[in-house]
Amino acid sequence: MIERRPGLTFLSHVILLAGVAVIAFPLYLTVVASTQSAEQITQSIPMSMLPGTHALETYKTALFGGESAAGSRIAGAAPMMWVSLVTALIIPLGKITMSMLSAFAIVYFRFPFRNLVFWMIFVTLMLPVEVRIGPTYEVVASLGMLNTYAGLSIPLIASATATFLFRQFFLTVPDELVEAARIDGAGPMRFFKDVLLPLSATSTAALFVIQFIYGWNQYLWPLLMTTSEDMYPVVMGIKRLIGGDSYTEWNVVMATAILAMLPPAVVVMLMQKWFVKGLVDTEK
Amino acid sequence: MEKRVRFRSSWLPWVLIAPQMAIVLVFFFWPAAQALRQSVLSQDAFGGVTEFVGLENFERLFADASYLESFKTTAFFSFLVAVCGLSISLLLATMANRVLRGAGVYKTLLIWPYAVAPVVAGVLWLFMFASPMGVVAYWLRMLGLDWNHLLNSNHAMALIVVAAVWKQISYNFLFFLAGLQSIPKSLIEAAAIDGASPWRRFWTIVFPLLSPTTFFLLVINVVYAFFDTFGIIDATTKGGPGKDTSILVYKVYYDGFKAMDMAGSAAQSVVLMCIVITLTVIQFRFVEKKVQY
Amino acid sequence: MNQKFAALALAALFALPAQAQTEIQWWHSMPGALGEWVNDLAKGFNASQSEYKIVTTFKGSYDESMTAAVAAYRAGNAPHILQVFEVGTATMMASKGAIVPVGKVMADAGVKFDAAAYVPAVAGYYTAPNGQMLSFPFNSSTTVFHYNKDAFKAAGMDPEKPPKTWTEVTQAAAKLKASGHACPFTTSWVSWTQLESFSAWHNVEFATKGNGMRGIDTRLTFNTPLHVRHIENLSNMAKQGLFVYKGRGNAADATFVSGECAMTTGSSALYGSVKRNAKFASGISTLPYYPDVEGAPQNTVIGGASLWVMSGKKPAEYKGIGQFFAFLSRPEEAAKSHQRTGYLPVTIASYELTEKAGFYKENPGTDVSVTQMIRKTTDKSRGIRLGNFVQIRNIIDEELEQVWAGKKSAKEGLDTAVSRGNEQLERFQKANKS
Repeated sequence: MIERRPGLTFLSHVILLAGVAVIAFPLYLTVVASTQSAEQITQSIPMSMLPGTHALETYKTALFGGESAAGSRIAGAAPMMWVSLVTALIIPLGKITMSMLSAFAIVYFRFPFRNLVFWMIFVTLMLPVEVRIGPTYEVVASLGMLNTYAGLSIPLIASATATFLFRQFFLTVPDELVEAARIDGAGPMRFFKDVLLPLSATSTAALFVIQFIYGWNQYLWPLLMTTSEDMYPVVMGIKRLIGGDSYTEWNVVMATAILAMLPPAVVVMLMQKWFVKGLVDTEK
Repeated sequence: MEKRVRFRSSWLPWVLIAPQMAIVLVFFFWPAAQALRQSVLSQDAFGGVTEFVGLENFERLFADASYLESFKTTAFFSFLVAVCGLSISLLLATMANRVLRGAGVYKTLLIWPYAVAPVVAGVLWLFMFASPMGVVAYWLRMLGLDWNHLLNSNHAMALIVVAAVWKQISYNFLFFLAGLQSIPKSLIEAAAIDGASPWRRFWTIVFPLLSPTTFFLLVINVVYAFFDTFGIIDATTKGGPGKDTSILVYKVYYDGFKAMDMAGSAAQSVVLMCIVITLTVIQFRFVEKKVQY
Repeated sequence: MNQKFAALALAALFALPAQAQTEIQWWHSMPGALGEWVNDLAKGFNASQSEYKIVTTFKGSYDESMTAAVAAYRAGNAPHILQVFEVGTATMMASKGAIVPVGKVMADAGVKFDAAAYVPAVAGYYTAPNGQMLSFPFNSSTTVFHYNKDAFKAAGMDPEKPPKTWTEVTQAAAKLKASGHACPFTTSWVSWTQLESFSAWHNVEFATKGNGMRGIDTRLTFNTPLHVRHIENLSNMAKQGLFVYKGRGNAADATFVSGECAMTTGSSALYGSVKRNAKFASGISTLPYYPDVEGAPQNTVIGGASLWVMSGKKPAEYKGIGQFFAFLSRPEEAAKSHQRTGYLPVTIASYELTEKAGFYKENPGTDVSVTQMIRKTTDKSRGIRLGNFVQIRNIIDEELEQVWAGKKSAKEGLDTAVSRGNEQLERFQKANKS
């Protein structure tokens, strides 16, 4: 940093390594469990910490389905991952588009009931989806949207996180830019397209990551409104593998969990730079 | 806070907000109103018999000693989750901001829990602590600690706090890191030239400048502890032993989804909603004051 | 021209029946291997005729699928057949107009239906006081005693002589502990094994009015001296480390299969896992009892789920449902299901068929659950029907946890559980007064 303090740097590394060890330990365990056979997992007390030799067959079963070692047929996770992917893409795209337009309107225009509109949108943050899930189901059913991608994603677009964040960001954009645009004779939508959009790139990236993960990790809502098994997202699929009366194949469960974690983790890591930058810009 | 320069149009803003308003009205306000309506009714599970009972559901709630207990449990749990979550992430973020080598690797490894679904996180933690294959439970017993989260309330509370904090650390870490990186280096250098030690620099410059972030994260973490943790509790302790880890939102989830007590669940949701609105209003006042635009 | 027309008409005639296949939606909660069993049943029925098609959907755990069904029903979208766990029986029964009794469905479908053909203790749970069967018994298990034969041998006990009374259980546990076993005895589904089935096994009431069978104004009675005595015994065992509590629901099952715990009272359905995965010789015996109680042992109470038929569907669909249930009741089908899953045989004929085929001889212990159930039931042991049963079981879990942790005495715990549970019953009574 500013001065060289090797002692402090060493301490920093130690603390970081300890942190990583604790945080990453469950991941390590999950990976190890997915490489063993189900029998190995439950029969050894405690479970062995070394990777087993069953990785290939476990992942194949988890991904494509097939007979598990204990003789039960397991549905492959691949189609479920596709469903999750589509949903997890629709939600951020829909939300970001809608919210940017609304935030733009709220910040840059004066119209009657403006404050009321803002609060109406804002209050959606205060009642989580689990609480209003029953009535939401009724609405979706009456619109004929059950078992559709639309039904899976649109109700989840209703909350205001993105609008709020964009509003905060737009408020930080210097007024000079707007004045300059007006002097140039540009209308509001030109301003939006040529000035605001590029400036919002990093915030948009950050929001994309957050909403992608939010959409990907949904469990309760898809559970309620899908009846056709080819519309099941992968997070739901994991719960399905964990038995009630019958035996749980932990190795397949763990392998599916890893598969379910991969896309969001990849999204987060790839967009990490943008993510942090986007947050930094929104903070200011 | 208000823009001085605006565009003028009588119709454009309405067009712009129309999509969001439509969705919000159909998919939030209408169902929310229904949910609230259920809180003043007494119904059988399938809605065949409906009776308006006024505030009776609420009276029943507040007459239940264990419901009042769960306020305390929730407050305690949220406090622990927020404090532990924030301090640990702040420590990690400060350290990560310091080191030049391996910073990218550390960052990558520390943020992956954010990608884990709460449902899956609950399963992972159960897997680590549950007999017979629970690795962590085994080690704790080896260390001499008679770990029993099924009957020991303190152990149970520790388990859910650890599971909840684990997930939040990455989220907090990212925000703190972003906050730290937006502090102008010039300020820190000036203090260093003046001879301040890293410790002093942190507490007199960095921490105060981080306060908006800290406050924002504090409220987010508390709201998270209030609302998003029932999945973890459902997977691990299910509110036990007794009622010692039964937090408010878990009771809402349990009554609505497992016990088919829609009316009670709706009444509790109303109470929870009031609490969150209060918290959010407080945040709005504070954040608006402290943030420089 | 005429030829073409005739050909078209013929084609139309042939086309019609194929398109008229009625679909019947069946929502279930059977994961893994059991889910395959469900799918195979549907496949078998679909293949045996061409008018109806059963479509199965796994809807999550029992309470998740019930939530989904309630939401779907309110939106006019319910399935035809819903698998509901036994504790949801009162809720389903009391729901005005939401369900159609199975007896009626079968009768309307013109299917020969003889209530006496079903195992009394199994069907009785799902029958109304007037004798009409409300739901179709599908996957029923009961409470049995599993024990680790190898551990018994190591402790110097005869592996072929499992303990039959609770005193013997305590003695066996002491011997196991002395031989170094960390977890001599545990249990799953505490309320079901130690209070509900316990009561029926000793021919005492768990709740008034025949455990709620005869009226919705029932109240809990599981804090009698006998119950207190039993919970006190368990509590003492816990203090001595002879009984180790391993969690709610069926969390303890895994500890038996892995060999960690040597004896457990739990579902007969555990047999499947044990046979496949345990690395020790295991045995099944009857639920322990107190020999000084008159009338013990009587019969145990079932667990599992049954199939309910939702209302609001077309008559053709109900006909199909009736035929499907008739299919399931065929002796060969019911016997196949019983042998495949370890669940109880639904009809007496299927039990006899299985016995004749020598199944019980080849798989010793699998008939324990059946013999505990194939007896004439009394008014106090026919089954339990309580509203808000899910909450009541949860309350029992909570209070007993306090007892095992030493925070409350057995009497205090049971008394509190009874009074808290009665509040739930009062509320149910109020919300469902006819």
